[in-house]
Amino acid sequence: MSKKEERKYLKLSGLEPMIVSAETNFINVGERTNVAGSRKFLRLVKEEKFDEALSIARHQVEGGAQVIDINMDDGLIDGEVAMVRFLNLIMAEPDIARVPIMIDSSKWHIIEAGLQVVQGKCVVNSISLKEGEEEFIAHAKKVKRYGAAVIVMAFDEVGQADNYDRRLEISKRSYDILVNKVNFPPEDIIFDLNIFPVATGMDEHRKNAIDFIEATKWVRENLPHCSVSGGVSNVSFSFRGNDRVREAMHSVFLYHAIKAGMNMGIVNPAMLEIYDDIPKELLEHVEDVILDRREDATERLLDLAESVKGTSKERVVDLSWREEPLQDRITRALVKGIDEYIVEDVEEARLSVDKPIEVIEGHLMTGMNVVGDLFGSGKMFLPQVVKSARVMKRAVAHLLPYIEEEKKKNPQISGQKDNAGKVLMATVKGDVHDIGKNIVSVVLGCNNYEIVDLGVMVPAEKIIQTAIDEQVDIIGLSGLITPSLDEMVHLAKEMERKNFKVPLLIGGATTSKAHTAVKIDPQYKNAVVHVNDASRAVTVVGDLLNKRSNQKYVGDLKEDYEKFREGFLKRTKKKEYLTIEEARKNKYTIDWPVSEITKPNKLGIHVLEDFDLKKLEAFIDWTPFFRSWDLHGKYPAILTDEVVGKQATDLFNDAQELLQKVLDEKLLGAKAVYGLFEANTVKDDDIEIVSENERFTFRTLRQQLKKYAGKPNFALSDFIAPKETGIQDYMGCFCVTTGFGTKELAEAFEKDLDDYNSIMIKALADRLAEAFAEYLHKKIRKDDWGYASEEALSNIELIKEEYKGIRPAPGYPACPDHLEKLTIWEVLQVKERIGVELTDSLAMWPAASVSGYYFANPEARYFGLGKIKSDQVKDFAARKAMKYEEAERWLSPNLED
Amino acid sequence: MKDIKKIVEERILILDGAMGTMLQRNKFTEEDFRGDRFKDWPVPVQGNNDLLSITQPEAIKEVHRLYFAAGADIVETNTFSGTTIAMADYEMEELVYELNYESAKIAKEVADEFTKKEPHKPRFVAGSIGPTNRTASMSPDVNDPGYRAVTFDELRIAYKLQVEALLDGGSDILLVETIFDTLNAKAALFAIEEVKDERGVDVPIMISGTITDASGRTLSGQTAEAFLISVSHIPMLSIGFNCALGANQLTPHLEVLAQKAEFGVSAHPNAGLPNAFGEYDETPEEMAEQIKEYMDKGLVNIIGGCCGTTPEHIYAIAELAKNYKPRTVGITV
Repeated sequence: MSKKEERKYLKLSGLEPMIVSAETNFINVGERTNVAGSRKFLRLVKEEKFDEALSIARHQVEGGAQVIDINMDDGLIDGEVAMVRFLNLIMAEPDIARVPIMIDSSKWHIIEAGLQVVQGKCVVNSISLKEGEEEFIAHAKKVKRYGAAVIVMAFDEVGQADNYDRRLEISKRSYDILVNKVNFPPEDIIFDLNIFPVATGMDEHRKNAIDFIEATKWVRENLPHCSVSGGVSNVSFSFRGNDRVREAMHSVFLYHAIKAGMNMGIVNPAMLEIYDDIPKELLEHVEDVILDRREDATERLLDLAESVKGTSKERVVDLSWREEPLQDRITRALVKGIDEYIVEDVEEARLSVDKPIEVIEGHLMTGMNVVGDLFGSGKMFLPQVVKSARVMKRAVAHLLPYIEEEKKKNPQISGQKDNAGKVLMATVKGDVHDIGKNIVSVVLGCNNYEIVDLGVMVPAEKIIQTAIDEQVDIIGLSGLITPSLDEMVHLAKEMERKNFKVPLLIGGATTSKAHTAVKIDPQYKNAVVHVNDASRAVTVVGDLLNKRSNQKYVGDLKEDYEKFREGFLKRTKKKEYLTIEEARKNKYTIDWPVSEITKPNKLGIHVLEDFDLKKLEAFIDWTPFFRSWDLHGKYPAILTDEVVGKQATDLFNDAQELLQKVLDEKLLGAKAVYGLFEANTVKDDDIEIVSENERFTFRTLRQQLKKYAGKPNFALSDFIAPKETGIQDYMGCFCVTTGFGTKELAEAFEKDLDDYNSIMIKALADRLAEAFAEYLHKKIRKDDWGYASEEALSNIELIKEEYKGIRPAPGYPACPDHLEKLTIWEVLQVKERIGVELTDSLAMWPAASVSGYYFANPEARYFGLGKIKSDQVKDFAARKAMKYEEAERWLSPNLED
Repeated sequence: MKDIKKIVEERILILDGAMGTMLQRNKFTEEDFRGDRFKDWPVPVQGNNDLLSITQPEAIKEVHRLYFAAGADIVETNTFSGTTIAMADYEMEELVYELNYESAKIAKEVADEFTKKEPHKPRFVAGSIGPTNRTASMSPDVNDPGYRAVTFDELRIAYKLQVEALLDGGSDILLVETIFDTLNAKAALFAIEEVKDERGVDVPIMISGTITDASGRTLSGQTAEAFLISVSHIPMLSIGFNCALGANQLTPHLEVLAQKAEFGVSAHPNAGLPNAFGEYDETPEEMAEQIKEYMDKGLVNIIGGCCGTTPEHIYAIAELAKNYKPRTVGITV
């Protein structure tokens, strides 16, 4: 029938399809995941740092690679093992695995091992007639049976094709064998016709590029349905060190090769000039070389190359921009976050206009619009935007007195600013975390929204009243701890009851689209949006307030959340749960008589006061610090990351500077209280401890999701010996803080119009608190308890939690119930001893604090509680002697409904 | 007998419905599952439906008979879990060849009965090849995403044994179905190609994936079109989807296949989505009404039912299909 006669296209697949049709033009293959193409990748694979190696693959895909080439051919690597390991890890990363894989090796066994672990349709790179027809056919048959496409090198028994005729000869012969003898689909054949360098000074290399281009044309015209590929950077090999010329050569070569039919290839996008932007003289000289148009083409290009060397990339730190026109200087200061000259420039601008407000509406907004565009298109990153905001604030501060004066002179002119809209931001009652909220505020502020920031621990009534009084256009709520979720639901109900119309934004670490869709959205008839990163906040708020299109936007939103909600509810119904009794029967059992139990060296309660923060520096886990600034990646790899490396490094340097100041001047106060006690499990799920002859009980919660056979239903109590064994066991609990002084420092920065450092100090305090918890845990393991006195772990191993024993924290996955913090506070007298308090929602104040338990058993492990059923809540309420409704309220985020 | 590749271009072929749902009606006990032969088997075997082909062959034949009588052209062998990998749960790896062989044999006997009675409507047996209980491209260990519980070669070897037994027992077609991980399916297809090669035979192959939820993807994350591309290297009778979703939810994904596939398109959806008790309660009429949309749009060449469907469902679908022409297959066979 008809489809047979049509042109057949190469079709590949990862998680998503990729079809190479006439319209797709040119398929860009990423090659940074090739040990021969990237020294960094080679090093990471050698050191088995596969996490970081994965991030290279991710950046390739994010950077636009439509296929990723993976090659592990190196003498010091077990290529087969590395190929399989890396491909398996890629398959677990949907944002990488969405594109097809090119399995690249000169060894067939590595290629076959790769083909066996990838579900999508891959490309094999490569096979050839080098070892003769028999092997060529055998490999081609296997490739076909595994369902892959194949790159055929222009290589035969005699050698590599290095001129026009040989390229034709080998490709024709390969094609005929594949199509006629192997019955290989012609559309799955990709020829690599060998790209060799030109302008080497040797006469026999002069036609290297033009031969490739012409052979490409012949192959595409005479061998139906096949594709042509190649590695482009080879062509400019002789101009290593002169990127300007290389970039031009790549563009010219591609321009002609693509016209001839090359439809796939390995190209480094950073090494490519736009064809139309190549200066005329350079273009002419490069084309002379590529197309072999003149006898003396090479000499002429060499001469010209001297004069254009390096002019594009190198840039000395210079102040020449200070010579540019005023608007350019202001824009540059805003984009680059340079505040040294802003007052000077704004003053110049003020003197050039009639009314000072025009500087804000004109000069400054023009600059901020550039910032907004760059941020929106992913060309600027969050820390830069916050720095821009700092410059903006300083500029506005300089203008304000003049604006006030102007108002007094002309009272008839209303002082109302022409802003894009008014946004109320608040961290809800009982919650003290505000880093994310502040970032969103700053970013929205940069985009000309007026922000009414009510701070932290804001009761619903105050939010409602302020929203009415200030006539805000949007309300944004933030929260980090789970009880905040209920507070948000409560607020949505209140807004509905008061007939509010304004949209409600939900954000913060504990929030999710699922919770927003299932619990909050149904409470409020108007728009509710979950926004978890600052960059999205701008577009969402823009869409919500766009008077022309927001009706439809809100309608779509409501519909989207309803669909999501239905899908979510349907999905969750299928899970099976055990009753709490059944779950207890399936608890994790430790063989107590032989289990290793160490009596702590120092039982009882201990306090650390005025702890020297300098000791914590080495314990800081920087990765979450970058995450709080929306920079994603692991430290230290993130510092050299291809995309965000520069920003991460700048941010890190700024953080280091502030950190050193904090350490040197002892600006933050660090304190800790901890205790180690005799303990035994009673009645399965409770842990009874004895402190100073008084008994206390920690109530733990047990997983209830039905598990596969042999997998236990964990509770933390499983890690402590039950009383009936007669074995004395032990546990500990602690609270550390590095938060004293944060608030004052942050306020001082804010007063100085420096949001950047205000956010920075809080982020640093959080990191120090975590580092303190890590430090203390180590001290407990090695000294105070002493069960791991031989331990010698690096900071990286600590972060990876490779130590023995655990320190779970109430509010986190193993024990999501915050209520047990009250017991910790009672046992350790936390408030009295170190001054850390609990809010209504059981958040700790100061915010940079960590509390939790210590379990020492070698079998103790972290786990996630998951959802529980109401029977356990009832049981829990009875154990704690509280009302069911109250227990339900605290446990509701984990309650399966 | 007429070549099925011809028939599939002439009319919509009807595949049978659920085996498990029908067997539940017998309320077989552990003793029934064991029969005499396995009365001392060391592990419990209740729930091993494949075993019933040996211990309760009449019950299996009866289900096949009911489906053929309802209008099915093709019944599937009772071998969904018939690999050494899936049978390990019951320690019955050694029985895999026999289970598949016997299942194919009894299905073929029933098919022949009906073909003899109604020569104008020949009946076929599709050897059912399930996904096994392991995934080759996903890790069961959340802490180690690079781990795999089964390799391609382990799957290929297990599938090869099943394929050989199914063909020896008389299967006319091989149906690789309920594919939630395309790599498992590729291992099965690899094994089938090996057997075809070694025996010098050609066997029509049906391939049927599973879209697990509203995401519109297989469990291993592929879109419908990516799935199609990933298995298109094997010449097949049909490609389609089954299980997990009801007929309505399957429509958009079938549309993708109908538009892009150069092979026949099949569907055997569930009788709706399970209710709160895990039961399928869509009636034959309700299901047929939804499947009518497939036919109005010309989406399918082969249609049947999966979980929760019964001979009544298949009858309703078969009656409906009589009024429609199959989707035009864009290949020259």
